[in-house]
This record gives sequence, C-alpha cells and structure tokens, in this order.
Amino acid sequence: MKQIIGEPGIDLSSDSKMDLKLTRNSESFHKPNSSNHNLNSFNQASQYFPNLSPTNFLSRAENLQQNLKTKSTNSFEPNLNSGMATQNPPLDWDPHAMLSNLSFLEQKIHEVQSLVQSIIDQQAEFSSRPSELATRQQLATADLTCIIIQLISTAGSLLPSIKNTLLSNNPALRQLVNPDFNNNLKCEGLIRNFPETARNSEYEDLLRNLDNEADWMKEPNPPLQSDIVDANPIDEHDLKESDDGDAEREHLPPGSYIVLQLEKEEILAPHTHFCVICGKGFKRDANLRMHMRGHGDEYKTPAALAKPSKEPGSDVHPVTRYSCPFAGCKRNKEHKKFQPLKTILCVKNHYKRSHCDKSYTCSRCHAKKFSVIADLKTHEKHCGRDKWQCSCGTTFSRKDKLFGHVALFQGHTPALPMDEVKASGSGQGNDDMTEDLGGYNGNFASEECLTSMDVKGIDESRAYFSPMNFDGFGALDEFGRGGFDLEDNPFAFIPSGFSQRSGDS
Amino acid sequence: MEMETRMKKRIRVEANTEPSESPFEALSEEILFLILDLLDSNPLDKKSFSLVSRSFFAVEARHRRSLTPLRPELLPFVLSRYNSISHLNLTLCPYLSDASLSSIASLLGPSLRSINLSGSRSYSHRGIESLANKCFNLEEIDVSNGVELTDEAAAAIGRMSKVERVRMGRCKKVTDLGIGCIAVCCPNLKLLCLKGCVGVTDLGVALIAVKCRKLRSLDVSFTMITKKCLPAIAQLPNLEDLCMTGCLGINDKALVTLKQGFKSLQALDMSNCQNISQASVSSILQKNPSLHHLNLSYCSPVNSMLSGLHGVFKLNSIKLDGCHVSTDGLKSLANSCISLKELSLSKCSGVTDEGISVIVAKHKDLVKLDATCCRYITDLSLAAITSSCASLVSLSMESCTKVTWEGFRLIGRHCPKLEELNLTDTDLDDEGLTSLSQCQNLTSLKIGICLKITDEGLIQIGRSCPHLQELDLYRSIGITDKGVSEIARGCSNLETICMSYCTSISDESLKCLSNCARLNTLEIRGCSLVSSVGISAIAARCCNLSKLDIKKCYEINDAAMLSFARFSHNLRQINLSYCSVTDVGVSALASISCLQVVTMLHLSGMSADGLAAALLMCGSLMKVKLHVSFKPFISPVLINRVESRGCMFQWLNKPFQVQLESSEVWKQQSHDIFVE
Repeated sequence: MKQIIGEPGIDLSSDSKMDLKLTRNSESFHKPNSSNHNLNSFNQASQYFPNLSPTNFLSRAENLQQNLKTKSTNSFEPNLNSGMATQNPPLDWDPHAMLSNLSFLEQKIHEVQSLVQSIIDQQAEFSSRPSELATRQQLATADLTCIIIQLISTAGSLLPSIKNTLLSNNPALRQLVNPDFNNNLKCEGLIRNFPETARNSEYEDLLRNLDNEADWMKEPNPPLQSDIVDANPIDEHDLKESDDGDAEREHLPPGSYIVLQLEKEEILAPHTHFCVICGKGFKRDANLRMHMRGHGDEYKTPAALAKPSKEPGSDVHPVTRYSCPFAGCKRNKEHKKFQPLKTILCVKNHYKRSHCDKSYTCSRCHAKKFSVIADLKTHEKHCGRDKWQCSCGTTFSRKDKLFGHVALFQGHTPALPMDEVKASGSGQGNDDMTEDLGGYNGNFASEECLTSMDVKGIDESRAYFSPMNFDGFGALDEFGRGGFDLEDNPFAFIPSGFSQRSGDS
Repeated sequence: MEMETRMKKRIRVEANTEPSESPFEALSEEILFLILDLLDSNPLDKKSFSLVSRSFFAVEARHRRSLTPLRPELLPFVLSRYNSISHLNLTLCPYLSDASLSSIASLLGPSLRSINLSGSRSYSHRGIESLANKCFNLEEIDVSNGVELTDEAAAAIGRMSKVERVRMGRCKKVTDLGIGCIAVCCPNLKLLCLKGCVGVTDLGVALIAVKCRKLRSLDVSFTMITKKCLPAIAQLPNLEDLCMTGCLGINDKALVTLKQGFKSLQALDMSNCQNISQASVSSILQKNPSLHHLNLSYCSPVNSMLSGLHGVFKLNSIKLDGCHVSTDGLKSLANSCISLKELSLSKCSGVTDEGISVIVAKHKDLVKLDATCCRYITDLSLAAITSSCASLVSLSMESCTKVTWEGFRLIGRHCPKLEELNLTDTDLDDEGLTSLSQCQNLTSLKIGICLKITDEGLIQIGRSCPHLQELDLYRSIGITDKGVSEIARGCSNLETICMSYCTSISDESLKCLSNCARLNTLEIRGCSLVSSVGISAIAARCCNLSKLDIKKCYEINDAAMLSFARFSHNLRQINLSYCSVTDVGVSALASISCLQVVTMLHLSGMSADGLAAALLMCGSLMKVKLHVSFKPFISPVLINRVESRGCMFQWLNKPFQVQLESSEVWKQQSHDIFVE
C-alpha cells in the first residue's frame, strides 16, 4: 500500500484533549459532513434517513444497556456512530436536524393517529379477529414509544448547557469526535442527562419490550423496519450505497487529508483481513475478530474484540481519502478535478464498476450485466415480472413510481409487457386489489410505501444515472408508440430491454 | 303493411308536387333530406321512402347517419350502401370478430364518429387497433362488457387521439397500464366510464385526473379506488358528474380530509359506498355548493347523516334509497336545502307521516317523489303531499298498504300534472281508480296486485287518460275483457301492457289491443283463456311488438307462431314456456330474423331435433333458456356452433307445474313474508 501524506487538517500538536475537542466541534458545526470521517460507510445511510437515526440510536443504546447482546444488536453499532455524529453535535444544536426531527415527529404522530382511527373504524371486524386487534395495539404502543424517544432526544439537543457540563465532567465524552468511541458510554450519558422522564423505568420497560418482542421486526412498522434493513452492515447490498458519487458531497480542501492509493491487485483481492494464525481471509475485520476467538481465550478479551485502533490516545487520525489507481480516472489523484473516494469499499466498488469487465449477467433477463455482485442482486430483486416500464424505456421497480414518472412528463405512456400480457392481466389485478384494500383498512401499506419508496429511490437514482447501464441501447424506434417524441425524451439515452423484446415479438 | 305505407307515402309525395313525368326527380336533395329529417319516429317509414325510386334510395343512404344493425354478417353490404354512417350501434350483434371490425374500419374510415361494441365480447384488441388506425375521427367508443379485453385494447383506444367519450365498464382485465395509455394519449377525454374495472386502481384513476383535464364525467363505480386518487380527481376543473357507486375503499376520512372540493361538480353518486357517514356527507355538501344531484342509496344508515346537515345547499335531487331515515333527518334535510325537485326514499326504513309532511311543506316544487315500501305512511302523508306539491309529476307508492281510498281521492283531485303513478300492491279500489282518472296526463300507471279493482275503475281510466303508454295490471284479477277493451279504445298510444295472471282475460282483449299500433311489450303470462286467435290478431296489427311473454297460455299453438313468423319482424324476446307449440311453431319462430332471447321450457310438442333445427336456423340469438333435459339430446357440435355466433345457453331445471296459484293466496304469502 502506497501512502501519500498530505497536510493534515487538524493541528496534531494540540496540547489538551479538551482544546482539540472544541476545535473539532466547531469545525464539525460548519461542515457537518466532514465530521464523518470514519471509515464506516453507514453514515451514508444515515444521511438518507436523518430523521430516523436518533430513534434507532437511542433504542439501540438502551438495548446495549440491557446487555441484550444478540448478533443483530452488535451489527447496529456502526450506525450508532453516524447517528451520533450527524444528529447530536455535542456543543450546539443543528436547526436542520431539529426541523427534520420535528417533521419526523409530526409524521409519526399522524401515523399513530391513522392507526388508532383504523382501529376505531374496524372495531366490528376486530371483534371476530382479536389477534389482529392485539397486533394493532402493539403497533400503536411501539409507535408511541418511538415518539417519546424522539421527543426526548430532540429536547435533549436543546439543552446545550447541561450537555456542556456533562462534557466537562465526563472525560470519556471528550472523545465524542472520535467515531470509534465507545457508544455505550455516550448513550448512557445522554440518557442520564435527560429530564427525569427519560429515566423513567416505564420507558425503559417499553424499550425492552420492543426489543424482546419476537415479531416486532416483522411488523410492518415502516421506519423501524427500514432502519434495520439499511443499518445492517452484514448485507453487502447496503454497503454499496456508499457509492463513489457520494463523496462529491463533501468539500474537503485539497491537501487537508491523506490520500491513499491501493494497487489494482489489492482492490480486486477478495479478502482484506487475514488471520495471522491460520491465514484464513475475511472481508470484514469484525468477522476476523469473531474468528480469532476460536484460536484461544486470549482473543476473547473485550480489548481484543473491540475494534482495533480504538485506544483513546490515538483518536487524532488524519482524515484519509482514497485514490483510484486507474490513470485518467476522475477518482485518480493525478486528475485535475480529482475527487477522492471515501472508503476502501468505495474504491473497490468504483474500480470494479468503472474499470472492470461486467462478468455477472442477470439470470432472468440475460441482458443486464454487472461487475459488482451486489448490483446484480439488487437488479435481480426487481427484474422480470415486477418491472414497470415507460414508453421511453425507463424502468421502475414500483408501479407508483412509473405512474409518477408518466404523470410528470408529457407524452410518456406506461408500456405494456408484450410477452406477459396474459399473466399481468389476471394476476396483477388481484395483487393490486389486495394491496389497496389493505391500504385502506389499516394504512399500513401506505406508510410502508412511503418508507420503502425512499429506500428504492436511492437504488433507482443510482441505477438510472450511473454509467453502468449503457448496455442494451437502441431499438427504441421499433417501439413506435404514437404521440411520443423521442427527442423530447430526457431519458432517451437509457437502454431499454423492453424495446428489444417488443422488437422481437 | 309495408306496401300500404309505401302507397300512402307515394300518394303524399305526389300530392305535394306538381304532376310531371317523373315527379320525384324534381325534388332536390335538400328537400328530400328535410323530409327524411322528419321521418324519425318509425324506422319503417324510411324503409318505405327508400323504395320509392333509385334516387330516393340513394338519397336515403346518403342521409342516414346512425345505424343499428341486427346481423353482423350483413355489415359489409349494409355499410357499402350507407357509407356516410357516423354513429354505429352494434349492441345487437352478439358476435363481432376482429375481421368484422376491421372491415367496418376500412369501409367507414374517417366518417365514423361513434361506435358501440358493448353487446359483444368476441373481438379483441386487434379489432380495436384496426378501428384506431383507420377511423381517426372517432369520438366515442363503448367497449363495455368486453371482459376479455386486455391492456392492449385500452392502449389501442389510447391511439384514437380525438376520442372524447370512452365507456369500458366491466373490462375486468384492463389494468392501470391500459388506463394510463388512455390518460396520456387522449387529452380530449370528456367522459370515461370504468364501472366494474376491478383491475384499475388509484394510480390509473389519478393519472386520468392528472392528464385529462377536460374530463366532465367520470364513473369509477365498483372499482378498488381508495382515498389516494381523490385529491387528483378533486382538482379536475370541469368535472360535473362523478359516480362512485360501490367503492368500498372510499371512506369518511378520505372525503373529510379532502382539502378542496370538486369545484364544478353537479352530480355525485355514492350509492352503495358503505363506509361513508355523516361527516363526509356534510363536508362534501359544504365544499361543493354547486352540487345538484346526490345519490346516497344503500349507504350506511343515513339517519345521523342527515340530522347533522347544516348550511344551505342547492341540491335539486337526492336519493336515499335503502337507508334508515328518521324524522329528524328529514327535517334537517328540509331545512338545509333550498329547493328539492326529486326525492327518493325507496325502501327507507323510519319514514313517517311527519317526516314526509315536513319535507313537502318546505319543498313545494317537488316533481318526483318515490316512497316505495315506506310501509308506515298513511293518508296523512298523502294529504300533505297533495296539498303542497301541485306540480308533482311522478309518485311511487308501491306497497304503501296503509294508504286508503281517501288518499287516492286526494291524488286524483290535487295532482293534475301527475304523469307516472305506481300504486302496485296497495289497497286501491274502484273508487280510488275513478278519482285517479282525473289525472289526465298519466303516461304510466302501475296498479298491479290491487285485487280490489275491477273493470269499473279501469273503464274510467281508459276514458280519461289518452296519453297512457304503460299499464301494469299484474295479478289484478278483477280485470276482464271489458276493462281492457276500454283501455285499448281510449289509450291508442299504449306501448306496454302487462296483464299477467289476470285470468279472466281472453282473446277479446287482445283483439281490441291490436288497435294500439305502438304496442311493443305484451305480457299475458298465465292467461289461460287466450288462444292463438287473439295473439295472431296482435301479431298481425302490432308490427312494433318486440317483447312477448305468453308463458302458461296453454291454448296458444303453432298457428300463433306462424303468424309471428309472418308479421312480427321486430320480435326480439319471447317466452313461450308451457304453450302448445310443436316443432313446426318453433321453426317458424326461428325464421324471425332479429329474435334474440327465447325461453322455451316445458313445450310438450317440441322434440330435440326440432329444437336443433330451430337453433341452427335462428342466427341472431343471444340467449336461449331451455330445460336441462334437452341437453343430452343436442349435439355438442351444434351447441358450439351456436355459441360461437354469440349465443348463450341457459339450462334450467324447473319442475313442471301446471297449476296456477290463486292471486289472493299469492298476495297473502307475500305479505306474510314481509311481516316475518
């Protein structure tokens, strides 16, 4: 690994930790994004869901307090960081964050309102199905708890004085800027710091109930669910959301960070973490650490299991960014408008997507190819029957997305799947019926739509505008739909698997 | 018959022009067109006109704009004669192939403006595509009942860019995608009917609302729409008529939370929306001051709904059929509306004399009142109605059994403008009927199941109601030939008469009724005295006869069928169960070229072979009801062949039952059922 030392942005020779802390905090206030300099890629996810993180973070914190060390709980740790860093700047409160918190609260209250309303509306039905009523009630309880927590955290951010005393009293909290700081401490601290209500055991009980509830995760409670999905670092699909494009949002002045450039071989190596004893390779350090436990008790200590380089002293890591080894690439440090990549994972995905062959072909449409297997998996989720297509060739994973698109642009019509007319004619109609009935019965479906739409939105925007998709171009003319002008079509460059199919038929 | 008409016509034309060698040639086309414009009342007139001369024939062909063909196989010939047809109604053609649609498209091309395909379900999207390709001036298309039509058909309709009115009820396979194509490509759409399109959801309807800003009338009855598409519909600037019958996904919340009302809405139909109540009705009325027609039939109890009405509304007509309406509710309605013209309380429970009195006292302009099955109203209601509503035109009081002769006397005395009156199953007697004869404008009188009325009353009606077009005497067993002949003499405009189970009716009545040349519907079910002689007289003289029910007229035999075959060229529908008709009669019947619906149960003289021959011969059949015992004897090949022409078979398994139930017993039974 070649290392290029740039000018570090922060004075490493700061005398006291407290001073250092203040500097960093003021910096982070002006440039909120730049405080996320950890290698953890999930800050991206939290940026997409700024209003959801605090809830997650607090409930998880409680979770940790309760020592419910399930695997899934552990997996949320990285997200705690991001939620902490973006949502609760330690010294001052961010009005944007506050606003988003409040709007989240509003949305949440509406949800509960509609939920309770639906219970009232369908009381007659529930009399025959008591279990469903119980489920709804549980949901309402869960939502209310969520609201309370959010309210507390919002209120907490409005109490900077208390926070300051806390900071000065608790030396451990001075490390807040360090993203790898032990989350337990901080969360605990914050919660203790809250008004009496926060410590009310009732809420803790509620939280505990929430976490213990076996079917809670399965409930169609949208924000929580989506949180879980997105924060799950084990799933590589979500890792790729920290796309190379996202780094463009931060505007680090050149030279304020260290630029690392990995070699091609390093990038393409399947594993980056190797066991020093047996040599087994892992994609993630966490997995390696888990593996190490098998080699003896000395690896089971908390210190060994903690993330490396977490020692309080070494918190002053210089900001590190990565360069693509491909000469001429915008992500290459020699490029005039060099835009660095944030994490090693970004480097890997960028390099594979931009400079490697697309070796993974979709097994359903046999048309789309990908170089990152996670991209293929994402595509396969939506490929085939559930594909909604516009006459301009743009495809959508959801019908409402397609209709939103059609409503927006003049002359675009929904395209009919020629070879699937029969299937969609009968089957689809039924699906829609049930979906819609569900929607009007309990509002669950509609809320679910809202959140999952956001999730998909990320996928889609990436999919449509990334250069990956320029494979099956052409054949639009054969489609020949009346009243539709190709030249006016802003998506005319988008390939169209459908148009090829229609040409064949 | 035709010859006579033609002769008359010729004489008239000759009288109007100066005699010359070829008097008809002297008439310019404009004059002939003017004459043709006036010949709309009877289709046979135009036929006679075209037979006058070659030029008349040609002029008639050029003049004709609308056509309702009976047989699709003749379409190419008909259309090559009438090549300037702009309105084509194919509802009577049960079998329309894609090929016939394509030939229509190429023969008529741009001159076609409207086409109705709702009677057939055997064409596909290809036929519609050929229409879309060639008839680019098409403004109206009706593909209702096309249950097999898919999104591609909708997309083909979308290609008709000038289309303004689209009806596609019951196109169950059409989804949002197809609707989306129509929405995007038909910006001129003014009317859209999606009734029963269960594949269409909020997305499609919302897209229609976003794209088709000229929409005036929208029917989304019996679809799965929910509140999600309502905001978009509410934004339509020109929407006047919205029908949401049976939309279970529409609930109170959807309507109350609607931020803005439908600006231009005039008529709203929310019947059978069972999830709406008080709040939504109030909010709709308050947000839509221009609303004139409101239909809340068979919604959840309207009781509380109406009692909460506040404000002043311009409602003209309101339908509350099948709801529970309290007196308070009616009071509140009376106070909230400025001027009601039509009120329907059919089958409403809770309607009392007080409620009716309050309404009619406030709304003296009431034109139409339907109080069917409001069983608790008495003469008091009628006193209130007749004293305030002098302009009442239509009154329905079926099964209002507590009303006595006093009430009927009031109707006759105070409602001179009454045109439609329904007193079925009431306590009406001759005295009442005599006073009703003062309503000289009556066009429709329904006095079935009034066991007390006799010829005496009916004679009065016949003498004083010359405009009567519809008369229902179902099971009014006191009626005999004497009364009916007086009706036939006095009411020459009679079009529909039902005398089923009036067992005293004989051939004499029918002979008299044959003077009513406009008669098109005759029901004499269970009149066992009627024979072929009487029915043949009807056949010979009532050439417009199209519906006939002679079930259980045991005396009617082949002779009657032969006269139908000879004279009744317009007969569409016949029920001849239990008649003494044999194979001869059935095959004679089959020769009627436009016969569409036939019910033949328990024909003792009919053999399977005779039936098969008749089925094969009658090409226009749409529906045949037969006894299931015939099924094994008819070859499946034949059944397939007939079905492929668009005919549906209905195999019934009703027991053979000769004995007629006495009407008194029957009425008692029907009342017992109600009491239970």
